[in-house]
Amino acid sequence: MKAPLHTTGEVLSSKRVGAYQHLTVVAPGVAERFRPGTFVAVSVDGTRLARRALWIHGVRAVGGHGPALQLVVEPVGPGTRWLAERPVGARLELTGPLGRAFALPKEPVATLLVGEGYAAAPLFPLAERLRERGCQVNLLLAAPDERHLLSALEARRSARAVTVVTADGSVGRRGSVADVVAGVLAQAAAEVVYAAGPVPTLHAVAAVAEQAGAWSQTAVEQPLTCGTGLCHGCPLPVVGEDGVARVVRACTEGPVVRGDRVRWAELAGTRPGAGGPA
Amino acid sequence: MIDLPNPVVVAAGCGGTGRELAALGALEGIGAFTTRSLTLNPRAGGPAPRIAETPSGLVHSTGLPGPGLEIFLATELPWLVQQGLRVVVSLSGASVAEHAEVARRLAQAPGIRALEVDLAVPDARAHGLLDVREPFHAANVVAAVVREAQDLPVLAKVRSDVLRVAESARVVTDAGASAVVVGGPQAAALPDGRPAGLSGPAVLPLALRCVGEVRAALPGVPVIGCGGISTAADARAFLDAGAVAVQVGTALLHDPTTAARIAADLAGGPS
Ligand SMILES: Cc1cc2nc3c(=O)[nH]c(=O)nc-3n(C[C@H](O)[C@H](O)[C@H](O)COP(=O)(O)OP(=O)(O)OC[C@H]3O[C@@H](n4cnc5c(N)ncnc54)[C@H](O)[C@@H]3O)c2cc1C
Ligand SMILES: Cc1cc2nc3c(=O)[nH]c(=O)nc-3n(C[C@H](O)[C@H](O)[C@H](O)COP(=O)(O)O)c2cc1C
Ligand code: FES
Repeated sequence: MKAPLHTTGEVLSSKRVGAYQHLTVVAPGVAERFRPGTFVAVSVDGTRLARRALWIHGVRAVGGHGPALQLVVEPVGPGTRWLAERPVGARLELTGPLGRAFALPKEPVATLLVGEGYAAAPLFPLAERLRERGCQVNLLLAAPDERHLLSALEARRSARAVTVVTADGSVGRRGSVADVVAGVLAQAAAEVVYAAGPVPTLHAVAAVAEQAGAWSQTAVEQPLTCGTGLCHGCPLPVVGEDGVARVVRACTEGPVVRGDRVRWAELAGTRPGAGGPA
Repeated sequence: MIDLPNPVVVAAGCGGTGRELAALGALEGIGAFTTRSLTLNPRAGGPAPRIAETPSGLVHSTGLPGPGLEIFLATELPWLVQQGLRVVVSLSGASVAEHAEVARRLAQAPGIRALEVDLAVPDARAHGLLDVREPFHAANVVAAVVREAQDLPVLAKVRSDVLRVAESARVVTDAGASAVVVGGPQAAALPDGRPAGLSGPAVLPLALRCVGEVRAALPGVPVIGCGGISTAADARAFLDAGAVAVQVGTALLHDPTTAARIAADLAGGPS
């Protein structure tokens, strides 16, 4: 894997689409190293020490600048609001690409990509890579409502079949990922499932994939402090290849991990402190 | 003490395994790398959330997650040594005996420049670690580690309690420590009340005061200053106060290149 960079980027454009702010950020070197499933850690608001993690939604060539990063920000707290308010030309200190990317299948198999909210961001560039390898791409996009549905139009271009579910039924079917994923998976006859979204959604997808005998890769978001593997502040309880329970760093050994390796019940915080050796 | 090519050192527990910083080119020119505090057996660490952001600080209670001594010696140390880094191995434990055992095994491993005993764990009891409240507790641990460390210098990282730091520094050097690390985390609490440590720029003035106290009381004892350092000017303030070296911790979590940048500034610029 190529090493990440720590650099200063510049906001080339910032536009509101529904509930999200879409930023295009030129960050020399970072875009070139990008693989779907990796993220950037961004410094926010001067005095705030913890960094904010953002998925890389894509890489776009911008005239005169070379490849630029596309980021999607949902303003939910001080750091993400600050990011959403950055004007064109603003400088952003960022490190990336960080973390383990989605693993691609060696054979041209049928795949299902499940994304909820802004977290669907890394699935779009993944869909592209999968299609390049001859994999059939089916997409299941979910959101609380239409405003939080990421790039549904773009989705129709990059996938063979797109299913949309919203909690309020404002677009697509009414419901949740957990309600529909088993049916969509069966219909797609997918052998590999990729998922990105809140923990309960990932848990549901991993469970359904396992039942169906499909291989799953989940992009797990945990609160991060550094994002670079230095602080051990992002515990992710997993079961290792050797069958031994471990706690790994979500930012470095993740964020993408095999769905059948995550100890989901502990992650949901039902049993704080439980877990084997690091 | 160890002789350092540059006074800037990566603080314990803030540099990952070293590989993460190396991948960013962020170990270039630094004086030494301190490992996270190692224990005899693997530790999963504490429950989430482990770290919270506060104005100019981070409150942290990681519970010393780590691979345990055996895996560290097999997979982490050789790599660090191979990079040509001056490696300081920090250690902790549940008892004086555990500290001694870890020190004994580290003393046999090739390539280590010094041991650092973490006597400033602000959330020790919550994580089943030895709670070093009194200076004489610290002295007991240091004496046991020094006995096993053979020729390795032992650095004692003492509690940054302004009123007692000079006394702690005196008893640990009497017990055989070659130098003291002054200005670790301040005892604090996470938002939910769990015991934790406070680090970052918020603690810098306290750390600087602690360094001053130790220098005044024990002019002959080498002091390594630590706490909130994020610029070359911060580092110079500690060096001007009489510290022989400085450690950079929290600043790395915000900008992983901080230590390398300060090291370059100090190497190049006027002091
Ligand atoms: C790998 C990864 C990728 C992400 N990608 C995106 C993205 O593309 N778009 C987007 O809008 N958001 C993304 N997030 C979530 C985003 O990082 C958090 O919403 C953000 O850090 C919250 O910061 P805040 O100051 O706005 O809010 P606050 O809730 O006030 O944050 C306070 C603290 O908690 C941490 N924190 C809180 N929630 C999260 C969370 N869910 N994940 C990580 N850290 C958190 C923050 O870093 C900060 O230290 C991602 C998270 C991860 C882990
Ligand atoms: C996330 C985190 C983990 C830490 N882990 C250790 C540790 O394992 N051993 C130790 O001696 N100090 C540890 N520390 C303390 C630092 O080494 C340092 O002494 C302290 O944070 C003050 O310096 P700073 O403000 O530059 O971080 C840790 C600090 C942080 C923020
Ligand atoms: S967030 Fe610091 S190690 Fe993962």
